[in-house]
Amino acid sequence: MDYTVPEKNIEDVQRELVQMFNRYDNWKDRYKLLIDMGKKLQDMPEEYKTEANRIHGCQSQVWLHTEEHDGRLFFQGMSDAAIVSGLVAMLLRVYNGRTPEEILKAPLDFLKEMGLLQHLSPNRANGLYHMIKRIQKEAKEALIRQIKAKQQTH
Amino acid sequence: MDVQAIRAQFPILQQQENGRPLVYLDSAATAQKPLCVIEALDRYYREQNANVHRGVYGLSERATELYEGARETLRAFLNARSTREIVFVRGATEGINLVASSFGQLLQPGDEVIISEMEHHSNIVPWQLLRDRFDIVLKVLPINDVGELQLDALDALLSERTRLVAITHMSNALGTINPVKAIVDKAHAAGAKVLLDGAQAVPHMPVNVQTLECDFYVLSGHKMYGPTGIGVLYAREELLEKMPPYQGGGDMIYSVTFEKTEYNVLPYKFEAGTPHIAGAIGLAEAAKWMEQLGRQAIFHYEHDVLTYATEQLQEIEGLRIIGTSEHKGGVISFIVDGAHPHDMATLMDQDGIAVRASHHCTMPVMQHFNVPATVRASLGVYNSKEDIDRLVASINEARDMLL
Repeated sequence: MDYTVPEKNIEDVQRELVQMFNRYDNWKDRYKLLIDMGKKLQDMPEEYKTEANRIHGCQSQVWLHTEEHDGRLFFQGMSDAAIVSGLVAMLLRVYNGRTPEEILKAPLDFLKEMGLLQHLSPNRANGLYHMIKRIQKEAKEALIRQIKAKQQTH
Repeated sequence: MDVQAIRAQFPILQQQENGRPLVYLDSAATAQKPLCVIEALDRYYREQNANVHRGVYGLSERATELYEGARETLRAFLNARSTREIVFVRGATEGINLVASSFGQLLQPGDEVIISEMEHHSNIVPWQLLRDRFDIVLKVLPINDVGELQLDALDALLSERTRLVAITHMSNALGTINPVKAIVDKAHAAGAKVLLDGAQAVPHMPVNVQTLECDFYVLSGHKMYGPTGIGVLYAREELLEKMPPYQGGGDMIYSVTFEKTEYNVLPYKFEAGTPHIAGAIGLAEAAKWMEQLGRQAIFHYEHDVLTYATEQLQEIEGLRIIGTSEHKGGVISFIVDGAHPHDMATLMDQDGIAVRASHHCTMPVMQHFNVPATVRASLGVYNSKEDIDRLVASINEARDMLL
Protein backbone atom coordinates (compact mmCIF):
# COMPACT_ATOMS: atom_id res chain seq x y z
CA MET A 1 0.00 0.00 0.00
CA ASP A 2 1.26 3.42 -1.01
CA TYR A 3 0.66 5.96 1.77
CA THR A 4 1.54 9.09 -0.20
CA VAL A 5 -0.62 12.02 0.88
CA PRO A 6 -2.17 13.87 -2.10
CA GLU A 7 -0.95 17.42 -2.72
CA LYS A 8 -4.13 18.84 -4.19
CA ASN A 9 -7.39 19.20 -2.34
CA ILE A 10 -10.51 17.24 -3.33
CA GLU A 11 -12.21 20.15 -5.14
CA ASP A 12 -9.15 20.72 -7.34
CA VAL A 13 -8.89 17.05 -8.24
CA GLN A 14 -12.58 16.94 -9.08
CA ARG A 15 -12.28 20.07 -11.24
CA GLU A 16 -9.35 18.51 -13.10
CA LEU A 17 -11.31 15.34 -13.74
CA VAL A 18 -14.24 17.30 -15.15
CA GLN A 19 -11.91 19.29 -17.42
CA MET A 20 -10.06 16.21 -18.58
CA PHE A 21 -13.29 14.40 -19.31
CA ASN A 22 -15.05 17.25 -21.06
CA ARG A 23 -12.11 17.81 -23.37
CA TYR A 24 -13.61 14.96 -25.43
CA ASP A 25 -16.99 15.40 -26.99
CA ASN A 26 -17.71 11.79 -27.80
CA TRP A 27 -18.28 9.05 -25.32
CA LYS A 28 -16.03 6.53 -26.96
CA ASP A 29 -13.04 8.78 -26.24
CA ARG A 30 -14.28 9.33 -22.69
CA TYR A 31 -14.53 5.60 -22.19
CA LYS A 32 -11.03 5.30 -23.59
CA LEU A 33 -9.85 7.76 -20.95
CA LEU A 34 -11.54 5.76 -18.19
CA ILE A 35 -10.16 2.47 -19.51
CA ASP A 36 -6.63 3.88 -19.58
CA MET A 37 -7.02 5.22 -16.03
CA GLY A 38 -8.18 1.76 -14.98
CA LYS A 39 -5.17 0.11 -16.61
CA LYS A 40 -2.88 2.26 -14.44
CA LEU A 41 -4.45 1.02 -11.21
CA GLN A 42 -1.99 -0.71 -8.92
CA ASP A 43 -2.25 -4.50 -9.22
CA MET A 44 -4.44 -5.79 -6.44
CA PRO A 45 -3.02 -8.69 -4.43
CA GLU A 46 -5.26 -11.78 -4.47
CA GLU A 47 -5.56 -11.71 -0.66
CA TYR A 48 -7.44 -8.39 -0.93
CA LYS A 49 -10.09 -9.92 -3.18
CA THR A 50 -12.17 -11.13 -0.26
CA GLU A 51 -15.91 -11.37 0.07
CA ALA A 52 -15.76 -8.56 2.66
CA ASN A 53 -13.98 -6.32 0.15
CA ARG A 54 -16.39 -7.11 -2.68
CA ILE A 55 -18.86 -4.38 -3.55
CA HIS A 56 -22.31 -5.74 -4.18
CA GLY A 57 -24.78 -4.09 -6.50
CA CYS A 58 -22.38 -4.06 -9.45
CA GLN A 59 -22.92 -6.30 -12.48
CA SER A 60 -19.22 -7.01 -12.76
CA GLN A 61 -16.97 -7.96 -9.86
CA VAL A 62 -15.49 -5.04 -7.91
CA TRP A 63 -13.22 -5.11 -4.89
CA LEU A 64 -12.15 -2.27 -2.64
CA HIS A 65 -9.50 -2.70 0.05
CA THR A 66 -9.23 0.01 2.72
CA GLU A 67 -6.47 0.85 5.19
CA GLU A 68 -6.28 3.64 7.74
CA HIS A 69 -2.85 5.22 8.11
CA ASP A 70 -2.00 8.30 10.15
CA GLY A 71 -5.64 9.37 10.29
CA ARG A 72 -6.14 9.06 6.56
CA LEU A 73 -7.86 6.41 4.45
CA PHE A 74 -5.99 4.63 1.67
CA PHE A 75 -7.75 2.49 -0.89
CA GLN A 76 -6.84 -0.07 -3.44
CA GLY A 77 -9.49 -1.25 -5.86
CA MET A 78 -10.16 -3.03 -9.12
CA SER A 79 -12.78 -4.75 -11.23
CA ASP A 80 -12.75 -7.59 -13.75
CA ALA A 81 -14.29 -5.14 -16.24
CA ALA A 82 -12.19 -2.34 -17.72
CA ILE A 83 -14.69 0.53 -17.68
CA VAL A 84 -15.61 -0.21 -14.09
CA SER A 85 -11.90 -0.33 -13.20
CA GLY A 86 -11.72 3.14 -14.75
CA LEU A 87 -14.53 4.34 -12.52
CA VAL A 88 -12.67 2.90 -9.51
CA ALA A 89 -9.49 4.71 -10.59
CA MET A 90 -11.42 7.95 -10.93
CA LEU A 91 -12.88 7.63 -7.43
CA LEU A 92 -9.49 6.75 -5.93
CA ARG A 93 -8.00 9.88 -7.48
CA VAL A 94 -10.60 11.86 -5.53
CA TYR A 95 -10.71 9.95 -2.26
CA ASN A 96 -7.39 8.20 -1.76
CA GLY A 97 -5.26 9.50 1.13
CA ARG A 98 -7.95 11.80 2.52
CA THR A 99 -9.13 12.16 6.09
CA PRO A 100 -12.59 10.76 6.89
CA GLU A 101 -13.95 14.32 7.27
CA GLU A 102 -12.69 15.30 3.83
CA ILE A 103 -14.31 12.23 2.29
CA LEU A 104 -17.64 12.79 3.99
CA LYS A 105 -17.75 16.50 3.16
CA ALA A 106 -16.74 16.07 -0.50
CA PRO A 107 -19.46 17.17 -2.94
CA LEU A 108 -20.54 14.75 -5.67
CA ASP A 109 -21.45 17.33 -8.30
CA PHE A 110 -18.44 16.36 -10.39
CA LEU A 111 -20.15 13.13 -11.47
CA LYS A 112 -22.98 15.16 -12.96
CA GLU A 113 -20.58 17.69 -14.50
CA MET A 114 -18.73 14.85 -16.18
CA GLY A 115 -22.06 13.65 -17.56
CA LEU A 116 -21.43 10.24 -16.01
CA LEU A 117 -24.70 9.95 -14.14
CA GLN A 118 -26.68 10.86 -17.23
CA HIS A 119 -24.77 8.66 -19.66
CA LEU A 120 -23.95 5.47 -17.77
CA SER A 121 -26.44 2.63 -18.06
CA PRO A 122 -28.68 2.38 -14.97
CA ASN A 123 -26.81 -0.78 -13.93
CA ARG A 124 -23.42 0.91 -14.08
CA ALA A 125 -24.64 4.14 -12.46
CA ASN A 126 -26.00 1.96 -9.69
CA GLY A 127 -22.62 0.25 -9.38
CA LEU A 128 -20.88 3.63 -9.15
CA TYR A 129 -23.34 4.66 -6.44
CA HIS A 130 -22.52 1.51 -4.45
CA MET A 131 -18.77 2.21 -4.74
CA ILE A 132 -19.21 5.73 -3.38
CA LYS A 133 -21.49 4.43 -0.62
CA ARG A 134 -18.77 1.97 0.38
CA ILE A 135 -16.09 4.66 0.50
CA GLN A 136 -18.37 6.87 2.62
CA LYS A 137 -19.17 3.97 4.92
CA GLU A 138 -15.48 3.28 5.47
CA ALA A 139 -14.99 6.99 6.20
CA LYS A 140 -17.84 7.07 8.69
CA GLU A 141 -16.48 4.06 10.56
CA ALA A 142 -12.96 5.53 10.60
CA LEU A 143 -14.30 8.84 11.90
CA ILE A 144 -16.10 7.08 14.74
CA ARG A 145 -12.93 5.17 15.58
CA GLN A 146 -10.90 8.38 15.59
CA ILE A 147 -13.39 10.22 17.82
CA LYS A 148 -13.47 7.30 20.27
CA ALA A 149 -9.66 7.18 20.36
CA LYS A 150 -9.53 10.92 21.06
CA GLN A 151 -12.03 10.58 23.91
CA GLN A 152 -9.94 7.83 25.48
CA THR A 153 -6.76 9.92 25.48
CA HIS A 154 -8.57 12.80 27.20
CA MET B 1 -34.83 -11.98 -49.97
CA ASP B 2 -34.77 -8.21 -50.49
CA VAL B 3 -33.33 -7.11 -47.16
CA GLN B 4 -33.60 -3.39 -47.96
CA ALA B 5 -37.32 -3.77 -48.64
CA ILE B 6 -37.69 -5.66 -45.37
CA ARG B 7 -35.71 -3.04 -43.41
CA ALA B 8 -37.94 -0.30 -44.82
CA GLN B 9 -40.88 -1.92 -42.98
CA PHE B 10 -39.23 -1.43 -39.58
CA PRO B 11 -39.51 2.18 -38.38
CA ILE B 12 -37.05 1.64 -35.52
CA LEU B 13 -34.29 0.58 -37.91
CA GLN B 14 -34.38 4.04 -39.49
CA GLN B 15 -33.23 5.50 -36.17
CA GLN B 16 -29.78 6.58 -35.10
CA GLU B 17 -28.18 5.40 -31.89
CA ASN B 18 -25.33 7.50 -30.48
CA GLY B 19 -25.19 9.33 -33.79
CA ARG B 20 -24.83 6.18 -35.90
CA PRO B 21 -27.47 4.21 -37.81
CA LEU B 22 -28.73 1.49 -35.49
CA VAL B 23 -27.44 -2.04 -36.09
CA TYR B 24 -29.83 -4.16 -34.09
CA LEU B 25 -28.31 -7.53 -33.22
CA ASP B 26 -30.38 -8.49 -30.17
CA SER B 27 -33.37 -10.16 -31.79
CA ALA B 28 -32.98 -13.23 -29.58
CA ALA B 29 -33.95 -10.94 -26.69
CA THR B 30 -36.78 -9.33 -28.63
CA ALA B 31 -37.37 -8.73 -32.31
CA GLN B 32 -38.26 -5.35 -33.78
CA LYS B 33 -41.78 -4.88 -35.12
CA PRO B 34 -42.81 -4.35 -38.75
CA LEU B 35 -45.20 -1.54 -39.58
CA CYS B 36 -48.11 -3.94 -40.24
CA VAL B 37 -47.95 -5.17 -36.61
CA ILE B 38 -47.73 -1.63 -35.23
CA GLU B 39 -50.67 -0.60 -37.41
CA ALA B 40 -52.75 -3.62 -36.37
CA LEU B 41 -52.36 -2.59 -32.71
CA ASP B 42 -53.14 1.03 -33.52
CA ARG B 43 -56.21 0.07 -35.54
CA TYR B 44 -57.47 -2.23 -32.82
CA TYR B 45 -57.36 0.45 -30.13
CA ARG B 46 -58.70 3.20 -32.41
CA GLU B 47 -61.50 1.32 -34.11
CA GLN B 48 -62.09 -2.19 -32.80
CA ASN B 49 -61.64 -2.25 -29.02
CA ALA B 50 -64.30 -4.05 -26.98
CA ASN B 51 -64.21 -6.99 -24.60
CA VAL B 52 -64.53 -10.39 -26.18
CA HIS B 53 -66.87 -13.35 -25.64
CA ARG B 54 -69.50 -11.36 -23.78
CA GLY B 55 -70.96 -8.45 -25.69
CA VAL B 56 -74.07 -8.89 -27.79
CA TYR B 57 -73.39 -5.62 -29.57
CA GLY B 58 -71.63 -5.43 -32.91
CA LEU B 59 -68.35 -3.95 -31.74
CA SER B 60 -67.79 -6.74 -29.20
CA GLU B 61 -68.76 -9.39 -31.72
CA ARG B 62 -66.24 -7.97 -34.19
CA ALA B 63 -63.51 -7.88 -31.52
CA THR B 64 -64.34 -11.50 -30.70
CA GLU B 65 -64.08 -12.44 -34.36
CA LEU B 66 -60.67 -10.76 -34.58
CA TYR B 67 -59.43 -12.47 -31.42
CA GLU B 68 -60.67 -15.89 -32.46
CA GLY B 69 -59.42 -15.24 -35.99
CA ALA B 70 -55.99 -14.66 -34.47
CA ARG B 71 -56.26 -18.04 -32.77
CA GLU B 72 -57.03 -19.67 -36.11
CA THR B 73 -54.04 -17.90 -37.69
CA LEU B 74 -51.75 -19.26 -34.98
CA ARG B 75 -53.29 -22.71 -35.32
CA ALA B 76 -52.46 -22.70 -39.01
CA PHE B 77 -49.02 -21.22 -38.29
CA LEU B 78 -48.14 -24.19 -36.05
CA ASN B 79 -50.36 -26.65 -37.97
CA ALA B 80 -52.22 -27.70 -34.82
CA ARG B 81 -55.25 -29.92 -35.42
CA SER B 82 -57.73 -27.57 -33.81
CA THR B 83 -58.00 -24.11 -32.24
CA ARG B 84 -58.90 -25.93 -29.02
CA GLU B 85 -55.19 -26.74 -28.82
CA ILE B 86 -54.08 -23.08 -29.03
CA VAL B 87 -53.99 -21.35 -25.62
CA PHE B 88 -53.00 -17.68 -25.56
CA VAL B 89 -50.52 -16.97 -22.75
CA ARG B 90 -48.18 -14.08 -21.92
CA GLY B 91 -45.20 -15.78 -23.55
CA ALA B 92 -43.12 -18.95 -23.57
CA THR B 93 -42.29 -18.50 -19.87
CA GLU B 94 -45.95 -18.48 -18.88
CA GLY B 95 -46.63 -21.39 -21.21
CA ILE B 96 -44.03 -23.51 -19.42
CA ASN B 97 -45.26 -22.39 -16.02
CA LEU B 98 -48.80 -23.31 -17.02
CA VAL B 99 -47.71 -26.83 -17.98
CA ALA B 100 -45.54 -27.24 -14.88
CA SER B 101 -48.34 -26.03 -12.64
CA SER B 102 -51.25 -27.86 -14.28
CA PHE B 103 -49.80 -30.98 -15.96
CA GLY B 104 -47.52 -31.11 -12.90
CA GLN B 105 -50.54 -31.85 -10.71
CA LEU B 106 -51.01 -35.12 -12.60
CA LEU B 107 -47.55 -36.31 -11.50
CA GLN B 108 -46.77 -38.52 -8.53
CA PRO B 109 -43.81 -38.23 -6.13
CA GLY B 110 -40.85 -39.97 -7.76
CA ASP B 111 -42.04 -39.25 -11.31
CA GLU B 112 -39.30 -37.81 -13.49
CA VAL B 113 -38.93 -34.76 -15.69
CA ILE B 114 -35.91 -34.45 -17.99
CA ILE B 115 -34.56 -31.06 -19.05
CA SER B 116 -31.20 -30.19 -20.61
CA GLU B 117 -28.09 -28.29 -19.63
CA MET B 118 -28.73 -25.67 -22.33
CA GLU B 119 -32.18 -24.61 -21.12
CA HIS B 120 -33.12 -21.01 -20.47
CA HIS B 121 -33.87 -20.41 -16.79
CA SER B 122 -37.56 -20.34 -17.85
CA ASN B 123 -37.35 -24.04 -18.61
CA ILE B 124 -35.42 -24.89 -15.43
CA VAL B 125 -36.97 -22.96 -12.56
CA PRO B 126 -40.65 -23.97 -13.09
CA TRP B 127 -39.57 -27.63 -12.86
CA GLN B 128 -37.51 -26.95 -9.73
CA LEU B 129 -40.56 -25.33 -8.16
CA LEU B 130 -42.58 -28.41 -9.11
CA ARG B 131 -39.87 -30.69 -7.68
CA ASP B 132 -39.97 -28.80 -4.38
CA ARG B 133 -43.78 -29.02 -4.23
CA PHE B 134 -44.41 -32.59 -5.37
CA ASP B 135 -41.11 -34.44 -4.87
CA ILE B 136 -40.64 -35.21 -8.52
CA VAL B 137 -37.15 -36.01 -9.80
CA LEU B 138 -35.45 -33.57 -12.17
CA LYS B 139 -32.82 -34.99 -14.53
CA VAL B 140 -30.50 -33.03 -16.79
CA LEU B 141 -29.35 -34.06 -20.27
CA PRO B 142 -25.77 -32.79 -20.70
CA ILE B 143 -24.27 -30.89 -23.63
CA ASN B 144 -20.93 -31.42 -25.36
CA ASP B 145 -18.14 -28.93 -26.01
CA VAL B 146 -19.56 -27.62 -29.28
CA GLY B 147 -22.82 -26.92 -27.50
CA GLU B 148 -24.95 -29.83 -28.69
CA LEU B 149 -27.14 -32.11 -26.63
CA GLN B 150 -25.54 -35.46 -25.88
CA LEU B 151 -28.43 -37.34 -27.41
CA ASP B 152 -26.95 -40.75 -26.55
CA ALA B 153 -27.22 -39.90 -22.86
CA LEU B 154 -30.99 -39.50 -23.20
CA ASP B 155 -31.54 -43.27 -23.41
CA ALA B 156 -29.93 -43.75 -20.01
CA LEU B 157 -31.93 -40.90 -18.47
CA LEU B 158 -35.32 -42.10 -19.75
CA SER B 159 -37.02 -44.54 -17.43
CA GLU B 160 -40.49 -45.90 -16.81
CA ARG B 161 -40.93 -43.05 -14.33
CA THR B 162 -40.20 -40.35 -16.94
CA ARG B 163 -43.37 -38.34 -17.49
CA LEU B 164 -42.03 -35.39 -19.43
CA VAL B 165 -39.02 -34.31 -21.45
CA ALA B 166 -38.84 -30.48 -21.63
CA ILE B 167 -36.24 -29.28 -24.11
CA THR B 168 -35.56 -26.15 -26.08
CA HIS B 169 -35.99 -26.34 -29.85
CA MET B 170 -33.15 -23.82 -30.28
CA SER B 171 -30.71 -22.48 -27.71
CA ASN B 172 -30.82 -18.74 -27.02
CA ALA B 173 -27.22 -18.68 -25.75
CA LEU B 174 -25.53 -21.03 -28.24
CA GLY B 175 -27.77 -20.97 -31.29
CA THR B 176 -27.86 -24.77 -31.47
CA ILE B 177 -30.93 -26.22 -33.18
CA ASN B 178 -31.73 -29.45 -31.41
CA PRO B 179 -32.79 -32.71 -33.10
CA VAL B 180 -36.19 -32.44 -31.50
CA LYS B 181 -37.95 -35.04 -33.65
CA ALA B 182 -35.43 -37.68 -32.51
CA ILE B 183 -35.99 -36.58 -28.90
CA VAL B 184 -39.76 -36.83 -29.31
CA ASP B 185 -39.43 -40.34 -30.75
CA LYS B 186 -37.17 -41.54 -27.94
CA ALA B 187 -39.35 -39.97 -25.25
CA HIS B 188 -42.57 -41.35 -26.70
CA ALA B 189 -41.03 -44.82 -26.97
CA ALA B 190 -40.38 -44.58 -23.23
CA GLY B 191 -43.95 -43.42 -22.59
CA ALA B 192 -43.03 -39.81 -21.75
CA LYS B 193 -44.60 -36.60 -23.07
CA VAL B 194 -42.50 -33.86 -24.67
CA LEU B 195 -42.59 -30.10 -24.24
CA LEU B 196 -40.60 -28.03 -26.72
CA ASP B 197 -39.57 -24.48 -25.88
CA GLY B 198 -39.93 -22.76 -29.22
CA ALA B 199 -39.24 -19.19 -28.09
CA GLN B 200 -36.03 -19.05 -30.16
CA ALA B 201 -36.88 -21.48 -32.97
CA VAL B 202 -40.18 -20.03 -34.16
CA PRO B 203 -38.76 -16.70 -35.41
CA HIS B 204 -36.21 -18.48 -37.59
CA MET B 205 -37.75 -21.59 -39.19
CA PRO B 206 -40.95 -23.44 -40.11
CA VAL B 207 -42.52 -25.26 -37.16
CA ASN B 208 -45.15 -27.94 -37.62
CA VAL B 209 -46.34 -29.52 -34.37
CA GLN B 210 -47.93 -32.46 -36.18
CA THR B 211 -44.68 -33.37 -37.92
CA LEU B 212 -42.73 -32.90 -34.70
CA GLU B 213 -45.39 -34.94 -32.85
CA CYS B 214 -44.59 -33.02 -29.65
CA ASP B 215 -47.19 -32.82 -26.88
CA PHE B 216 -46.57 -29.20 -25.85
CA TYR B 217 -44.98 -26.34 -27.77
CA VAL B 218 -44.56 -22.81 -26.42
CA LEU B 219 -43.65 -19.57 -28.16
CA SER B 220 -43.29 -15.86 -27.36
CA GLY B 221 -44.90 -13.35 -29.68
CA HIS B 222 -42.35 -10.59 -29.16
CA LYS B 223 -39.48 -12.72 -30.44
CA MET B 224 -41.31 -13.40 -33.73
CA TYR B 225 -41.92 -9.74 -34.65
CA GLY B 226 -45.15 -9.54 -32.63
CA PRO B 227 -46.10 -7.56 -29.51
CA THR B 228 -44.79 -8.23 -26.00
CA GLY B 229 -47.03 -9.91 -23.44
CA ILE B 230 -48.56 -12.47 -25.80
CA GLY B 231 -47.52 -15.99 -26.68
CA VAL B 232 -48.94 -19.40 -27.42
CA LEU B 233 -49.08 -22.71 -25.65
CA TYR B 234 -49.90 -25.48 -28.07
CA ALA B 235 -50.96 -28.68 -26.31
CA ARG B 236 -52.64 -31.84 -27.47
CA GLU B 237 -56.35 -31.63 -26.84
CA GLU B 238 -56.56 -34.87 -24.85
CA LEU B 239 -53.88 -33.54 -22.47
CA LEU B 240 -55.59 -30.19 -22.00
CA GLU B 241 -58.82 -32.07 -21.24
CA LYS B 242 -57.12 -33.98 -18.43
CA MET B 243 -55.21 -31.02 -17.00
CA PRO B 244 -56.76 -28.92 -14.21
CA PRO B 245 -57.16 -25.15 -14.80
CA TYR B 246 -54.11 -22.98 -14.24
CA GLN B 247 -55.78 -19.80 -13.01
CA GLY B 248 -59.36 -19.03 -12.04
CA GLY B 249 -61.43 -16.07 -13.14
CA GLY B 250 -63.74 -14.82 -15.84
CA ASP B 251 -63.86 -16.40 -19.29
CA MET B 252 -62.59 -19.79 -18.04
CA ILE B 253 -65.85 -20.86 -16.43
CA TYR B 254 -69.13 -22.15 -17.72
CA SER B 255 -71.18 -21.68 -14.57
CA VAL B 256 -70.40 -20.64 -11.03
CA THR B 257 -72.29 -21.20 -7.81
CA PHE B 258 -70.68 -21.08 -4.39
CA GLU B 259 -70.93 -24.87 -4.26
CA LYS B 260 -69.54 -25.75 -7.65
CA THR B 261 -67.92 -24.26 -10.72
CA GLU B 262 -68.10 -25.82 -14.15
CA TYR B 263 -65.20 -24.99 -16.36
CA ASN B 264 -65.49 -23.69 -19.85
CA VAL B 265 -64.54 -25.74 -22.90
CA LEU B 266 -61.07 -25.69 -24.44
CA PRO B 267 -59.10 -23.56 -24.84
CA TYR B 268 -61.00 -21.08 -22.61
CA LYS B 269 -60.54 -23.29 -19.55
CA PHE B 270 -56.94 -22.03 -19.57
CA GLU B 271 -57.60 -18.37 -20.35
CA ALA B 272 -58.79 -16.76 -17.12
CA GLY B 273 -59.65 -13.07 -17.22
CA THR B 274 -59.83 -10.67 -20.13
CA PRO B 275 -57.17 -11.86 -22.54
CA HIS B 276 -54.53 -9.73 -24.26
CA ILE B 277 -56.85 -9.12 -27.22
CA ALA B 278 -54.69 -6.55 -28.97
CA GLY B 279 -51.61 -8.71 -28.42
CA ALA B 280 -53.25 -11.75 -30.03
CA ILE B 281 -54.33 -9.66 -33.03
CA GLY B 282 -50.83 -8.20 -33.36
CA LEU B 283 -49.26 -11.64 -33.04
CA ALA B 284 -51.49 -13.00 -35.80
CA GLU B 285 -50.39 -10.09 -37.99
CA ALA B 286 -46.74 -10.98 -37.28
CA ALA B 287 -47.39 -14.64 -38.14
CA LYS B 288 -48.99 -13.64 -41.44
CA TRP B 289 -46.07 -11.32 -42.16
CA MET B 290 -43.59 -14.15 -41.60
CA GLU B 291 -45.66 -16.47 -43.81
CA GLN B 292 -45.62 -13.88 -46.56
CA LEU B 293 -41.83 -13.85 -46.52
CA GLY B 294 -41.84 -17.62 -46.19
CA ARG B 295 -40.33 -19.26 -43.13
CA GLN B 296 -38.10 -21.53 -45.18
CA ALA B 297 -36.84 -18.47 -47.06
CA ILE B 298 -36.22 -16.68 -43.73
CA PHE B 299 -34.22 -19.67 -42.51
CA HIS B 300 -32.07 -19.80 -45.65
CA TYR B 301 -31.47 -16.05 -45.70
CA GLU B 302 -30.48 -15.92 -42.02
CA HIS B 303 -28.32 -18.97 -42.42
CA ASP B 304 -26.43 -17.20 -45.17
CA VAL B 305 -25.85 -14.14 -42.94
CA LEU B 306 -24.92 -16.39 -40.01
CA THR B 307 -22.32 -18.23 -42.10
CA TYR B 308 -20.86 -14.90 -43.26
CA ALA B 309 -20.79 -13.58 -39.68
CA THR B 310 -19.15 -16.75 -38.37
CA GLU B 311 -16.41 -16.55 -41.02
CA GLN B 312 -15.78 -12.86 -40.33
CA LEU B 313 -15.73 -13.22 -36.54
CA GLN B 314 -13.34 -16.16 -36.70
CA GLU B 315 -10.80 -13.83 -38.33
CA ILE B 316 -10.64 -11.67 -35.20
CA GLU B 317 -7.62 -12.47 -33.06
CA GLY B 318 -8.46 -13.79 -29.62
CA LEU B 319 -12.15 -14.19 -30.38
CA ARG B 320 -13.73 -17.48 -29.40
CA ILE B 321 -17.21 -18.46 -30.52
CA ILE B 322 -19.18 -20.30 -27.84
CA GLY B 323 -21.50 -22.78 -29.53
CA THR B 324 -20.10 -24.17 -32.76
CA SER B 325 -22.62 -26.81 -33.74
CA GLU B 326 -23.19 -27.37 -37.45
CA HIS B 327 -26.90 -26.98 -36.77
CA LYS B 328 -27.38 -23.40 -35.70
CA GLY B 329 -29.89 -20.59 -36.03
CA GLY B 330 -29.02 -16.90 -36.09
CA VAL B 331 -27.16 -16.59 -32.79
CA ILE B 332 -23.43 -16.04 -32.26
CA SER B 333 -22.12 -15.99 -28.70
CA PHE B 334 -18.49 -15.08 -28.26
CA ILE B 335 -15.82 -13.90 -25.90
CA VAL B 336 -12.66 -11.95 -26.66
CA ASP B 337 -9.59 -12.91 -24.65
CA GLY B 338 -8.80 -10.25 -22.06
CA ALA B 339 -11.93 -8.21 -22.71
CA HIS B 340 -14.94 -8.28 -20.43
CA PRO B 341 -18.23 -8.80 -22.35
CA HIS B 342 -19.82 -5.79 -20.59
CA ASP B 343 -16.99 -3.53 -21.73
CA MET B 344 -17.26 -4.85 -25.28
CA ALA B 345 -21.02 -4.24 -25.45
CA THR B 346 -20.73 -0.77 -23.91
CA LEU B 347 -18.12 0.32 -26.42
CA MET B 348 -20.03 -1.25 -29.31
CA ASP B 349 -23.14 0.65 -28.21
CA GLN B 350 -21.20 3.87 -28.90
CA ASP B 351 -20.98 2.70 -32.53
CA GLY B 352 -24.74 2.12 -32.69
CA ILE B 353 -24.39 -1.67 -32.40
CA ALA B 354 -26.93 -3.30 -30.08
CA VAL B 355 -25.66 -6.64 -28.76
CA ARG B 356 -26.29 -8.34 -25.47
CA ALA B 357 -23.60 -9.09 -22.90
CA SER B 358 -24.74 -11.34 -20.11
CA HIS B 359 -25.28 -14.93 -19.05
CA HIS B 360 -28.42 -14.84 -21.23
CA CYS B 361 -30.48 -16.47 -18.44
CA THR B 362 -28.52 -19.68 -19.06
CA MET B 363 -26.08 -19.79 -16.15
CA PRO B 364 -25.53 -23.58 -16.49
CA VAL B 365 -24.34 -23.01 -20.09
CA MET B 366 -21.91 -20.32 -18.89
CA GLN B 367 -20.66 -22.73 -16.21
CA HIS B 368 -20.19 -25.47 -18.81
CA PHE B 369 -17.97 -23.21 -20.92
CA ASN B 370 -16.36 -21.67 -17.83
CA VAL B 371 -17.15 -18.06 -18.74
CA PRO B 372 -19.08 -15.51 -16.62
CA ALA B 373 -20.87 -14.08 -19.63
CA THR B 374 -20.64 -13.80 -23.41
CA VAL B 375 -21.33 -11.16 -25.99
CA ARG B 376 -24.21 -12.32 -28.14
CA ALA B 377 -25.09 -11.07 -31.59
CA SER B 378 -28.44 -12.47 -32.69
CA LEU B 379 -30.06 -12.07 -36.07
CA GLY B 380 -33.44 -11.12 -37.40
CA VAL B 381 -34.50 -11.28 -41.01
CA TYR B 382 -33.77 -7.53 -41.28
CA ASN B 383 -30.04 -7.93 -40.64
CA SER B 384 -27.74 -7.53 -43.64
CA LYS B 385 -24.14 -8.45 -44.33
CA GLU B 386 -23.38 -4.71 -43.97
CA ASP B 387 -24.60 -5.03 -40.36
CA ILE B 388 -22.07 -7.81 -39.87
CA ASP B 389 -19.28 -5.68 -41.37
CA ARG B 390 -20.08 -2.90 -38.89
CA LEU B 391 -20.23 -5.46 -36.08
CA VAL B 392 -16.77 -6.75 -36.97
CA ALA B 393 -15.28 -3.24 -37.26
CA SER B 394 -16.76 -2.33 -33.89
CA ILE B 395 -15.45 -5.48 -32.19
CA ASN B 396 -11.98 -4.73 -33.53
CA GLU B 397 -12.07 -1.15 -32.27
CA ALA B 398 -13.35 -2.17 -28.85
CA ARG B 399 -10.71 -4.86 -28.62
CA ASP B 400 -7.95 -2.38 -29.46
CA MET B 401 -9.19 -0.03 -26.75
CA LEU B 402 -9.43 -2.72 -24.10
CA LEU B 403 -6.24 -4.68 -24.69
